[in-house]
Amino acid sequence: MIELMPALTLLFAAAMIGSAFVAIKVKQISIAILAAGLVSLLASVMFLFFAAPDVAMTEAAIGSGLTTFLFFFVLGRVRGDKHD
Amino acid sequence: MIKRALVLLFLFALGTLFVELLLTYTPDTQLNQTGRYYAEHSAQDLGTVNITTAIIVTYRGLDTLGEVTVLFLTAAIVGVLLSRGDHKGKSLQRKLPQSGELLTTGSYLLVPLILLLGAYVFINGHLTPGGGFQGGAIIASAILLMLLTDPLRHFSHSIIAAVESISGLFFIGLGVLGIFYAGGFLDNRLLPLGELGSLFSAGVIPIIYSFIGLKVGAEFSSMLVNLSETEDT
Repeated sequence: MIELMPALTLLFAAAMIGSAFVAIKVKQISIAILAAGLVSLLASVMFLFFAAPDVAMTEAAIGSGLTTFLFFFVLGRVRGDKHD
Repeated sequence: MIKRALVLLFLFALGTLFVELLLTYTPDTQLNQTGRYYAEHSAQDLGTVNITTAIIVTYRGLDTLGEVTVLFLTAAIVGVLLSRGDHKGKSLQRKLPQSGELLTTGSYLLVPLILLLGAYVFINGHLTPGGGFQGGAIIASAILLMLLTDPLRHFSHSIIAAVESISGLFFIGLGVLGIFYAGGFLDNRLLPLGELGSLFSAGVIPIIYSFIGLKVGAEFSSMLVNLSETEDT
């Protein structure tokens, strides 16, 4: 278990950076929002690895939950006028 | 061109800063003095299993009051900014596509469960990870799910405002009572500490954290409701 932790942490860090790049580069806004939410979700798992469950819960609830849905909500409102 | 060079320079400076941090990092072998005090004393002095809660609600209770105030100000400012021209918007019914069957049925199932989870998180703040802020955010996400399902649903502003103000009043009231009947402002030993690890223990911490949870949930909800009710001009 102890041996596994650094490798797992590195994997999650790499995944975080990867999804952050996806969030910046991708053309479709909805995929970008999902990727940004994924960064927060992975960050909350990382906080759990570092033995900070309280921070992990805040990150999961606000960062990956509320913010992602709020973005989608606003996206829906912005697109509502265009009839696409 | 200059802008690009500046960005690269900035990134390089940031990178050297982080590399410097990484190279000079040595993990602590033991807790520092403050941390050790909290770790050793919070269970017997305050009766909390979750040390983080003891720090947030009691040792650093004043900071938490400040945080709640900042959040309140944010919610108030969002409300003030968005309520302009609200009167015209109310008569206008927006035409929105029907939300899907999956979302509607799913929200009937999930909203009560999410609300229950939020309440569980802030009531058990002194026993398990989490607390008022996390529970409040979870409750607000249930409200957000309801808004996603039916964007025209009307939430009573007065109920949200009442929940918010009453919880704030009780939070500060319990803190002030602590000055007279316990060790100081926001001291949790107003009520008996009880048995370590049971639900009704740790003095007033569960009560204060529940009020914080309700307050945070009401503030987030008021922001979301205000955002959803504005008409684009």
